[in-house]
Amino acid sequence: MLSAGRRAFSALARPTLRNATSPALARSPAALRRLLSALAILEQRDGKLNTGSLSAVSAARKLGGSVHGFIAGSNIKPVAAEAAKVDGLEKVIAVENGAYDKGLPENYAPLLVENIKKGGYTHVIAGNTAFGKNVMPRVAALLDSQQISDITAIQDDKTFVRPIYAGNAIATVESSDPIKVITVRGTAFPAAEIGSGTAAVEDGVDPKVDSPTEWVSEDLARSDRPDLATASKVVSGGRGLKSKEDFDRIMLPLADALGAAVGASRAAVDSGYADNSLQVGQTGKVVAPQLYMAVGISGAIQHLAGMKDSKVIAAINKDADAPIFQVADVGLVGDLFEKVPELTEKLNKA
Amino acid sequence: MNPFDELSVEESVRIRERKSAPGGVEDICVLSAGPPKAQDVLRTAMAMGADRAIHVEVKEGEDLEPLTVAKLLKAAAEQQKSNLVILGKQSIDDDANQTGQMLAGLLGWPQATQASKVEFGEGDTVSVTREVDGGVETVRAKLPMVITTDLRLNEPRYASLPNIMKAKKKPLEKKTLADFGITADKRLKVLKVTEPPARQGGGKVEDVDGLISKLKELGAL
Repeated sequence: MLSAGRRAFSALARPTLRNATSPALARSPAALRRLLSALAILEQRDGKLNTGSLSAVSAARKLGGSVHGFIAGSNIKPVAAEAAKVDGLEKVIAVENGAYDKGLPENYAPLLVENIKKGGYTHVIAGNTAFGKNVMPRVAALLDSQQISDITAIQDDKTFVRPIYAGNAIATVESSDPIKVITVRGTAFPAAEIGSGTAAVEDGVDPKVDSPTEWVSEDLARSDRPDLATASKVVSGGRGLKSKEDFDRIMLPLADALGAAVGASRAAVDSGYADNSLQVGQTGKVVAPQLYMAVGISGAIQHLAGMKDSKVIAAINKDADAPIFQVADVGLVGDLFEKVPELTEKLNKA
Repeated sequence: MNPFDELSVEESVRIRERKSAPGGVEDICVLSAGPPKAQDVLRTAMAMGADRAIHVEVKEGEDLEPLTVAKLLKAAAEQQKSNLVILGKQSIDDDANQTGQMLAGLLGWPQATQASKVEFGEGDTVSVTREVDGGVETVRAKLPMVITTDLRLNEPRYASLPNIMKAKKKPLEKKTLADFGITADKRLKVLKVTEPPARQGGGKVEDVDGLISKLKELGAL
């Protein structure tokens, strides 16, 4: 079996790292000897692995050291077995305890801290999801580490890139903390694949801290359409839709014709046309699909923050001067109430 | 003022006005750490209904990291004997979304982040509806606790002219980091800040057929 140091070295030589310029790692053999080891936090819901959280594994692999996965909840064995197949994971730490099912930070953070300390990890990585945003800063505080949020690139083991000012500036930051606590932007690190990995599954430590917070209920929007955060196509509606009825009547058939997820601008959400969870933007979801189609959306910077990394942006708006046209690869000026149904019909015929 | 902080101030004032907390709200203290112009923000908060303010003076250009702010707020909450700390979910400059969670962790208090609804019950219990991926969830805890606000929590009021005048007479205490035993050391060094690659619009098409053929050409259909 390869030693950890050699594993790190062979990982560095992988072509996937070609783009990640890592001068510190390349320059100093000492950095290699310092045994990078990353813990990727995996999420599960009702006994199913949340594949969105596998972005954390992709990011952890870019560091070049060993990568362990962490998962906790009730009936965790089958989930851990699934996680063990994820490409690039060397080990899966699993904690069987229903107290962690809802990801309450008051007991989940101490749980992570105990396992991080036991495993001696240098990097702890989670997705910048509702769970990651809620739990990881608490973990960071307990470890006295300054978290690095929502990173979009890794330069070397201590240098990371993250957008600030709603994505209008890109900061490169270097961390001096011994344990780096990181959340990653899912659209910048495609989820690791559940492949043919054969990671060992190991029981983690369970400090069994009581949570002073009680989980009461949830109300999740059910949808048969693709998930907004990971969809390859997104159609998004704005204030121009005028009402919830019109939003549903115009946008949903278009989404179905394209096999796309539905998103919305803040204006549309605030006006009650669409559910909060569909909001795309600085304070909502960040998406980067192959195709983003903005319908009746002017293109405020807060909205652009959530979609400007899309591969192709299309816009339909009646205002030819709307800022959305400055970023759209293809724009159509016109009344969405005529153009969108026509588009839907032509897509369905094709 | 950071827009999420306006929501925090508004929520504090509403909890008092609507007497939604059993036992009422005795005192609303607002705190800001920053250069002297942070005082304008504190005056605005007092014009919205806060009783008093603490300004922790920090040199111009010396930004504090969320962990440092959380340590400062921990010391302040203990010193001021607060039992509810309300913060915005994130600042719209650094976009970190950390301070509230870190504060709750350091204090060992329950946290409810990204709140869209806050309700008080018997015996100091607070139920908070949180915005999560795909919908909302509700959690319940007892005071003391930390809440961070999300967009949908409320509609912040505008400060009226008489209230702006009154806010000028409300107490504003000036402090330093040292008063709270905090130093402004940094864990993160910003190596550079660059502009994101500009996106060039690809121009417009005449009609729906043009749109479809352009999308095909771009490989999006």
